[in-house]
Amino acid sequence: MNIVVCVKYVPDATADRKFEDDYTVDRVGVDGLLSELDEYAVEQALQFREKREGEDIEITALTVGPEKAVDAVRKALQMGADKGVHVVDDAIAGSDYIATSLVLAKAIEKVGADLVVCGMASTDASGSVVPAMLAERLGMPQVTLASVIESQGDQVRIKRDNEGSTEVIGATLPIVLSVTDQSGEARYPSFKGIMAAKKKPLDTFSLSDLGVDAGQVGLSVAWSQVEDTTERPPRTAGEIVTDEDGSGADALVGFLASKKFI
Amino acid sequence: MSEVLVVIDHADGEVKKPTYELLTIARRLGEPSAVFFGSPDQGDAVAEKVKKYGAEKVYVVDDAQIKGYLVAPKAEALQQLAEKSSAAGGLAAILLPSTFENKEVAGRLAIKLGSGLITDAVDVAEGGVTTQSVFAGNYTVQAKVTQGTPIITVKPNSAAPEEAAGAGAVEAFTATVSDAAKTAQIVATQPRQATGRPELTEAAIVVSGGRGTGGNFESVEGFADSLGAAVGASRAAVDSGWMPHAFQVGQTGKTVSPQLYVANGISGAIQHRAGMQTSKTIVAVNKDPEAPIFELVDFGVVGDLHTVLPAATDKVKERKG
Ligand SMILES: Cc1cc2nc3c(=O)[nH]c(=O)nc-3n(C[C@H](O)[C@H](O)[C@H](O)COP(=O)(O)OP(=O)(O)OC[C@H]3O[C@@H](n4cnc5c(N)ncnc54)[C@H](O)[C@@H]3O)c2cc1C
Ligand SMILES: Nc1ncnc2c1ncn2[C@@H]1O[C@H](COP(=O)(O)O)[C@@H](O)[C@H]1O
Repeated sequence: MNIVVCVKYVPDATADRKFEDDYTVDRVGVDGLLSELDEYAVEQALQFREKREGEDIEITALTVGPEKAVDAVRKALQMGADKGVHVVDDAIAGSDYIATSLVLAKAIEKVGADLVVCGMASTDASGSVVPAMLAERLGMPQVTLASVIESQGDQVRIKRDNEGSTEVIGATLPIVLSVTDQSGEARYPSFKGIMAAKKKPLDTFSLSDLGVDAGQVGLSVAWSQVEDTTERPPRTAGEIVTDEDGSGADALVGFLASKKFI
Repeated sequence: MSEVLVVIDHADGEVKKPTYELLTIARRLGEPSAVFFGSPDQGDAVAEKVKKYGAEKVYVVDDAQIKGYLVAPKAEALQQLAEKSSAAGGLAAILLPSTFENKEVAGRLAIKLGSGLITDAVDVAEGGVTTQSVFAGNYTVQAKVTQGTPIITVKPNSAAPEEAAGAGAVEAFTATVSDAAKTAQIVATQPRQATGRPELTEAAIVVSGGRGTGGNFESVEGFADSLGAAVGASRAAVDSGWMPHAFQVGQTGKTVSPQLYVANGISGAIQHRAGMQTSKTIVAVNKDPEAPIFELVDFGVVGDLHTVLPAATDKVKERKG
């Protein structure tokens, strides 16, 4: 069985994230890392295999992104994935969800997958749309936003929190699965894992390797375009009081009343 | 004028506020037609509601073939509706309330229609320029769909609902759902218990608690009730099992943008900020004067939430009489 985990390389959320002059996300000037939310995807792929002792399961970590994005794949290999695939091509820069999902789908088809695992959202774009798009493109059942995953044979069941309810979803492999940060903490790479990762196979594909026309991807053909970005002005420092013998509650309620909230 | 399809946000026929916000926004782009996925016998009642906010047509899509499966059937139905509308008089845009499910529907629909997609807009102007709040609320982005029919998911509280009389003509629409779209089956559904408080994403005031509550949410809930507010929680509070995940505010929970957000015993981590930074007024109660949340606040109290909040609750009640 082949499992492909889609991992994205994103700018560190705790750094000062910013945009390039062409309004694309600055993926070079800001330190990047494997999206924290995709660590949960790697974890669930590993657990899926661990629960199926004796089965021959290979886990491939796949990323689409610039040169440095290979770091995301390396981290997944350190955690325990078997091999890596990095799709890198200058033409991909500035791609929207549509083009990104196209390239990912082509790469998944090339590797071959019985199970595709994604994170619930990328921490930079936070669209939560790529997994659904992959299901659409690959013609696989969409089993997304799972907090609990169970499987037996080719049957998979998940729990999903919806707006007003919790649902159990069932489907038959092959599927596209996405997992939330409620699915269980991701493991840290062990020293052994870090050493082993160095010897694991890592393929680099260009668009032509995947049979994707460069004219179908990238900023210039994106189906939506950013026209402007503005940094939010820092909030002006508010009034801070220290509570002493009930003065805090007085001041708080006074403030709320002055703003007509009471 | 071209049609704008607006997907109705509802719970079992009970139309929710974001629907009216979307209809208000839709009128800037064209002629709003509301799309109701639900039981046909609720169609007329729903139409009565949405026509007050300018819906000229109300497509009632029987969801008998749709509701048992995840996402894919809805995307197919909207594709068929969009194609019909384009052929008839032209389609200006498709607007959906920005829930996780609708974002997924929108994603599939974008591929089916060959249309650009913008998610989590907090405003849509005439001409279709959207505003999004990104990087945990640190940037706003103006964008526009440049190919096909703009598909835009819009966050709650993005516009003040404005009434406008629409014809509200009900039109039954039968979607053809393929077998391929019925492959992820909803095997069981467990509705969440009603809290009797306003819905988190729609509320004008949200009062949240974090790890600093120590697991006792009584002070937070009491204060929320005195203000008629919704209750929220940080992930630390959710992970500790003190509050259900549905109450989580932040990157992997709900994004809220109320008039007033009160953070209690919450440090203000970037992932929490991502879900509340665009609130109009922010207040915090925290016993640590160095807590990062104080960088965001309009008003802050350094103190113990278990003494400040109950006292404040009493004073609010006094004032309200
Ligand atoms: C990928 C990812 C996604 C995440 N998504 C989210 C998300 O969606 N939402 C979210 O909230 N977090 C999220 N987090 C977690 C986030 O990083 C923080 O860990 C979390 O927000 C901390 O919650 P807290 O502020 O309640 O707890 P803490 O950071 O522990 O802060 C508790 C605060 O309470 C104060 N306090 C203690 N006792 C009292 C008292 N008696 N009275 C008053 N104040 C008191 C303390 O001074 C402290 O400031 C995410 C993290 C990751 C990595
Ligand atoms: N460039 C990418 N490379 C690999 N995986 C990706 C990429 N973009 C998105 N994904 C996957 O899709 C999920 C959702 O992303 P998004 O729709 O951008 O929020 C992520 O958690 C990843 O698993």
